[in-house]
Amino acid sequence: MSAEPILQVDGLSAGYGAVPVLREVTLSVPTGTIAAVLGANGAGKTTLLRTLSGLLRPTGGRVLFDGADLRVVRVEGLVRRGLAHVPEGRGIVAELTVDENLRLGGLWRRDRADARRAQDEVYQLFEPLARRRRHAGHQLSGGERQMLALGRALIGRPRLLLLDEPSLGLAPRVTAQIMALLRQLCDSKGLTVLLVEQNVRSALSVADQGVVMSLGRVVMATGAAQLRDDEKLRHAYLGF
Amino acid sequence: MDRFLFLTFDGLSTGAVYAAFALALVLIWRAARLVNFAQGAMAVATTYVGYTVVSGTGSYWLGLGVAVLAGLALGALVERVLMRFVGHANPLGEVIVALGLVLLIQAVLGMVFGNEYRPATVPFDTDALSVGGITAVSPYDLWVFGAVMVVVVLLALLFTRTSIGLRMRASAFAPEVSRLLGVNVGRMLTVGWALAAAVGALAGMLVIPTGLGLHPHAMDMVFVVAFTAAVVGGLDSPAGAVVGGLLVGLILSYVTGYLGPDTTPLAVLVLLLAVLLVRPGGLFSSVKARHV
Repeated sequence: MSAEPILQVDGLSAGYGAVPVLREVTLSVPTGTIAAVLGANGAGKTTLLRTLSGLLRPTGGRVLFDGADLRVVRVEGLVRRGLAHVPEGRGIVAELTVDENLRLGGLWRRDRADARRAQDEVYQLFEPLARRRRHAGHQLSGGERQMLALGRALIGRPRLLLLDEPSLGLAPRVTAQIMALLRQLCDSKGLTVLLVEQNVRSALSVADQGVVMSLGRVVMATGAAQLRDDEKLRHAYLGF
Repeated sequence: MDRFLFLTFDGLSTGAVYAAFALALVLIWRAARLVNFAQGAMAVATTYVGYTVVSGTGSYWLGLGVAVLAGLALGALVERVLMRFVGHANPLGEVIVALGLVLLIQAVLGMVFGNEYRPATVPFDTDALSVGGITAVSPYDLWVFGAVMVVVVLLALLFTRTSIGLRMRASAFAPEVSRLLGVNVGRMLTVGWALAAAVGALAGMLVIPTGLGLHPHAMDMVFVVAFTAAVVGGLDSPAGAVVGGLLVGLILSYVTGYLGPDTTPLAVLVLLLAVLLVRPGGLFSSVKARHV
């Protein structure tokens, strides 16, 4: 684990129209770690991810990804820099087949051979997808959709993965599998993950860092183990 | 029987043109969620360009090629300088801008080329051939039908077999996700408009010389019929546009042949109403939930 943060967010503010949603959010994610962003509905977690990837323009502050200011990078250019964002609601293209969705994830890559190799790896990793290559996205189950969205992001061999609610609507067993996979990718490939989750327990089970948001602000950022084990802290910030 | 066969082949030939034109409408609908009401006028403009080349060089094929290229350019231009800046907030805005474009194109064509009918030649005989005593289909009909079918197959291959086709479909269905995957959605939109206008240009070159005559308003009725065909097939379905076009061509051919040409516009209206009442999404509409 390197101490150098791959993602550094300083005083980031954003909102929809005149309504501010993010208020001077500051956080830092070291390379090869998992940071879990936790908080109630409406805390600004999804807005944070959307602002980081430029889908929403920040009204203030800055985002440094690998030392480069992301505010000047077009959304289309993010994958080329090694940043993958899996949006909320799984973000697969429901009208395209599993195979087409995965191909789409690798189209930007110059190294065609490696894009194909990455696709094969995804099929090995997610067995159910391999059996449904020709099925349209809307025919998949919730778990399969999540595998597809995650697999498609991995085809770009990202260095930073922004994941929005990967456990939404999934069986606990599938959630556990996905969390374990993230942990493994971080430890073996040096992947960094910023994970937005409602499912606090499963997120903290794999995360290195817990970032608690409330009403658009970061109210606490600490080690995930501490947040998991310190009952007082957990009770105060996460309500259980 | 002779007459029935003749009307059938005639219907399939004009139906092919409706199919191409409906396909162009569907391409833009899928990419941009708007009906390009200016498509008829755009196709007339490119046909004028094509026939200017034909009369200048004497080559129909060169003129056809130039017309299709002009379609590509005009489609890209309209998207880049006009439609891109029309907000989606008010759907009527797009319609009004497109109708304004129709008036502009027709006025400019009238000023440059004049408002009278201009002759337009075709490379094949338009009189029906007699085969085994049955007079049914002309060489020009065969060329029209064949040309449209080739374009339909090429477009199908483009969309299903190439990476740019995949990018275009993804952009249309899920623009935000596509951008996150590195697809330049804006460029795909421009390509979609260019392709659609090129297909429209081909349809104009095929249909205007026969019956309609080259005139700034030449495609007005074709647009109405092709729009009906697109709605019949389902605005979202390229296959529906092709089948809808052929179907509408056949129906109109029978109506015109057996009941007289005065009833044709009425038949279009009846067909449109019937489809909207019975199956509002079109014959090829697929009801599938989008969970995004």
